[in-house]
Amino acid sequence: MKISREDVLRVAELAYLDLSEKELETYRAQIDEILEYIEKLKELDTAKVEPMAQVLTDDQTADATLREDLVVPSAVAEDVLKHAPDPEPPYFRVPKVIERT
Amino acid sequence: MPVPQNGNKMATSWTIGGVREALAAKKISARELAADFYTRIEARNPELNAYLALSPERARRQADRIDALVAGGKALPPLAGVPVAIKDVISTRGTKTTCGSKILENYVPPYDATAVERLEAAGAVILGKTNCDEFAMGSSNENSAYGPVKNPVATDRVPGGSSGGSAAAVAAGLAVAALGTDTGGSIRQPGSFCGIPAMMGSYGRVSRYGLIAFASSLDRIGPFANSVRDVAAILQVIAGRDPHDSTSTTAPVPNYPDEIGKPVKGLRLGIPKDYFAEGMNAGVRKKIEAGIEVYKKLGCELIEIRMPHTDYAIAAYYIIATAEASSNLARYDGVRYGLRVEDDSLLAMYRKTRGAGFGAEVKRRIVLGTYVLSAGYYDAYYLKGQKVRTLIAQDFRDAFTKVDAILTPTSPVPAFKLGERTNDPLQMYLADIYTVTGSLAGVPGISVPCGKINGKLPVGLQIFGPAFGEARVLQLAHAFEQAGGTTV
Repeated sequence: MKISREDVLRVAELAYLDLSEKELETYRAQIDEILEYIEKLKELDTAKVEPMAQVLTDDQTADATLREDLVVPSAVAEDVLKHAPDPEPPYFRVPKVIERT
Repeated sequence: MPVPQNGNKMATSWTIGGVREALAAKKISARELAADFYTRIEARNPELNAYLALSPERARRQADRIDALVAGGKALPPLAGVPVAIKDVISTRGTKTTCGSKILENYVPPYDATAVERLEAAGAVILGKTNCDEFAMGSSNENSAYGPVKNPVATDRVPGGSSGGSAAAVAAGLAVAALGTDTGGSIRQPGSFCGIPAMMGSYGRVSRYGLIAFASSLDRIGPFANSVRDVAAILQVIAGRDPHDSTSTTAPVPNYPDEIGKPVKGLRLGIPKDYFAEGMNAGVRKKIEAGIEVYKKLGCELIEIRMPHTDYAIAAYYIIATAEASSNLARYDGVRYGLRVEDDSLLAMYRKTRGAGFGAEVKRRIVLGTYVLSAGYYDAYYLKGQKVRTLIAQDFRDAFTKVDAILTPTSPVPAFKLGERTNDPLQMYLADIYTVTGSLAGVPGISVPCGKINGKLPVGLQIFGPAFGEARVLQLAHAFEQAGGTTV
């Protein structure tokens, strides 16, 4: 077994994701099978291989990496707040974070 | 309002050129054309479920602008009056964009994606938003929170995914063209299943600004249409540098519609032995072999090549894609947009919102992606996946020193029956084998129709070109189409 019930619980906690008992067991078994399959990567010797985080080289996005820092109007705040779950313009309201002592 | 087109009395299949001629000749107005498409959608969409939302007011405003140009005898922009559909992971100002997810059920973007803005600036009429797998995660469109899409070619079958709604809309004549997104095959595979050309440009070719992110190092926006010429016309409009996306490149954009007619004789085409191994449906194999013969007749040189890391692509892809997804989807926390499930504590609100808002496949990928990035597993999985990605990209670079393009099937299987594969995620993933390689390498790829199994189920031939070799890919696809490859 590659991944245990405790592993899934720990990861779900890291991802702030509520899972039901049934989901927990189903995903564990399915992810276990996927991880078993992924094991095949071990067949490859990658000791001298550089990891590839993205495909583009610096010169292909040269102007993006060092563009001028210009102020441009955005003016979407009203629109954004209008569709927020609990807006209190100009803020998003969330449940209380700091406990009173 | 059917009008004569290409000699047909009843036009059900419009092309971009056909729309342009009809408008210029005043046989139909842009407004009438849009209304006609909405009538078709009304008639067919309840069965297909290809569209999730329509934007008739926006379409009418745009159509009126085009009609005013016609009336004033002004020059028409390249996509004047062309009715298009947009996959629901691409932001449209003022029109709901749900990503096929309950967590964004009521989300209305405050801005347009650059690709949408460019389509509209080029005269296209945005009809609405198309169904897709939730957050573009899936290969069958069965992961949409709003129900699966049916394949217009055979309605008991899936249209492919994740851009299933876009593919189905175009194939069913409910749009002249559509935008989809491709992370591991999500444009090419549904194009193949629905029997229409579908293209993913090089990574960086089309701006991702306004595309709601799944896996940022892999996501690409690209077109579906009924002909390669129309695919080229759409790509032409959406390609090119966008200051809003730092990964969109400054590489020059050739004139694709001009390029596609160039002769293909003498081009060297690689047939990777590694793609023709076990696991391919016999009907698919037969059609692809017949398709390759078409290129032989066109005077191309066919060269057997090796791409030795192909067999590792699925494993590398599902590590990288899920890792990036777990990070990208952290933003759905019930604070700024979308669903919120209330709780007195902030952390419990996050957990409940995400638990209730995401569907099964998305949760599975968040768990897997978080796991492969977590302390103690990062090197064994994520870093290993990135290293294997280097090897797969190297396979492509090596191949392109010997050949001008690579031919493969798009999918090992034709469209399968709805519900047939939903219980086995790994089996579903394994069917992405031919498309994920090009996704990891960042190269452009197209799926072009290559006959139908038993005259019914479409097969797609995939053509890969080197990075920023879109013109070559389109040219080969166009030549194939012209030479009768679509009916082999």
